[in-house]
Amino acid sequence: MGELWSLLSYGPDGWGDEILAGTFVTVSLALATLPIGLVLGFLLALAKNSPEPSLRAAANIYTTVFRGLPELLTLFLVYFGGQMLLQAILAALGLPPVEVNSFVAGMIALSLVFSSYSSEVFLSAFKGITSGQYEGAGALGLSRAQTMRLVILPQLVRLALPGLSNLWLILMKETSLVSVIGLADVLRETGVAARVTREAFFFFAVACSIYLVLSIISSVGIGRLEAWARRGDFSR
Amino acid sequence: MSDTTLPPPPAPARRWTTARIAGHGFMGFWILLAGVIGWAIFGDWDSGFLVQYAPRYLNGLTTTLQLVGLAMLFGALLSLPITWARLSSNRLVGALAFGWVYFFRGTPLLAQTFLVYYGAGTFRAEFEALGLWPFFRDAFFCAVFTFSLNTSAYQAEILAGSIRNVARGQREAAAALGLSRYVTMRKIVLPQAFIVSLRPYGNEIILMIKGSAIASIVTVFDLMGETRRIFSRTFDFEAYFWAAVLYLVMVELIRRLWDRIERHLTQHLVRRTDNEA
Repeated sequence: MGELWSLLSYGPDGWGDEILAGTFVTVSLALATLPIGLVLGFLLALAKNSPEPSLRAAANIYTTVFRGLPELLTLFLVYFGGQMLLQAILAALGLPPVEVNSFVAGMIALSLVFSSYSSEVFLSAFKGITSGQYEGAGALGLSRAQTMRLVILPQLVRLALPGLSNLWLILMKETSLVSVIGLADVLRETGVAARVTREAFFFFAVACSIYLVLSIISSVGIGRLEAWARRGDFSR
Repeated sequence: MSDTTLPPPPAPARRWTTARIAGHGFMGFWILLAGVIGWAIFGDWDSGFLVQYAPRYLNGLTTTLQLVGLAMLFGALLSLPITWARLSSNRLVGALAFGWVYFFRGTPLLAQTFLVYYGAGTFRAEFEALGLWPFFRDAFFCAVFTFSLNTSAYQAEILAGSIRNVARGQREAAAALGLSRYVTMRKIVLPQAFIVSLRPYGNEIILMIKGSAIASIVTVFDLMGETRRIFSRTFDFEAYFWAAVLYLVMVELIRRLWDRIERHLTQHLVRRTDNEA
C-alpha cells in the first residue's frame, strides 16, 4: 500500500505534480465556462420571457437542441465542426490553418450546455418575482434598466441560486468529457499515470476522490453564498 | 342607429423594437445554420452514405437502447434497498447509503466508467477465481454495471425525496385507521410518492440516454460509438449530424411520452373549471 501512495509523490518519480496540474486545468475550465454560461443563460431567459414571438421561438430551439444532445456529442460537434469551419474560413481568406484548442472547444461546448440549462433556472426564478415588484419600481420612476439592476436582479439571484449551484456541480463533472479530445485535465493525467504504472484502479480512484473533494469545497462555498443571498430575509 | 357595426380598427402596426430585431436576427441565425447544414449534406447528396451506414446507426441505436434499458432496470431494483437505507433511522445504515449516493452523484460518470472498466484489470486474479472475469472484461457489461450503480444513486435520491415529501398527516391518519406499516406504505405513501417522482424519473431516463454516449469511450459501439467509427472512416461531418438527429428524436419522444403519462396519472389532481368540463 505504501508503494501505491509513493506513486503520488511530487516530483519526477511520482505523479502528484501532473495530477495537481490536471486538477488546476479542470477547475480553470469550469471557472472559465461559468461566466459565459451564466450571461448566455440570463439573456436566453430574457428572450423566453419576451413578448416577441420570434425571439421566444429562437430561444426555445436553442434549449431544445442543447438540452437534448448528449454533452459528448455537443463537444465533438464544436470541436470537429469548429475545426472544419475555421479551416474553411481561413482557407478562403488565404491564411494558414490553425489548430483548434481543446480548452476553447470545451469551454464553448460546455457554455452552450450550461446556458441552456441555466436559462430554465433563470426563467423559473423570474416567475417567482411578482408583478408588484415591477409596478412598484415603475411607480418610483425607475427606468427599465434600473428596475432590472436594482429591484429584480437581487431577488433573482436568491431565487436562482439553488438551481445554479446544482448546475455548477454538474458542470464540474462534465469538464471530464473534455479529456476525450485531449485536454490534460485530472482524468487524462490520472489515465496516463494508470497506463504507465498499470495501477488503473488506484489512479482512477484518486481521480474520483479529487472530483469529490472539489464538489465538497464547492458545497461549502455555495452554502456561504446562499447565506449571503438570504441575508435580507427575516429570521422566523 | 343602423345594424351595421363598424369594422374593428386595424391592429396597430408592430414597431421594430430591439426585441423584434434581436428575435429576427436569432431566428435568421437558425435558418442560416439549417441552410448551411442542409447545403453541406444535400448539396452534394450522395445517397450512398445513408444506404451504406444506416444499418450501423440502427445497430448503434439498438445498443444504446439496450444499455439504457438494462441500466435503468437494474438501477431501479438496486435503488429500492438504498432508498430503504437512506430513510432508515439507523445512523450507520443511513450514513452508508448517504456515502453511496454522494459518491455516485459527486463524481463524473466517465471517471466511474474508467474505474470499473480499466480498474477491473487490477483485480483480474480475484475475478478469475470468482469466475467473473468474462463479465468485467467486456466493455458493454462494464458500462451496464457502472450505469446501473450510477443511476441507482440518482433514483434512490428521487424516491427517498418523494417519500419524505408525502405529508406526515397521511401516515398518522393511516396509523389512526389501524393500517399496518406495510399497507400504509403500499397503499398510501408509495402511490403519492410515485406521482411526485414521475417527472424526475423521466428526467433521469433522458440523462441516462445522453450519458450513455460515454460508453463509446470504452469501446462500446453504441450510437455514439458507431458514429465515431463512421466519422473516422469517412471524415464526413454528416456522420455526427445523423447521430444528433437520432439523439434529439429519442429525447423529444421520451419527453412527450412522459408529459402524456403524467397528464394521464394526475387527472384527479387537476382542478376543472366550469367552462372546461
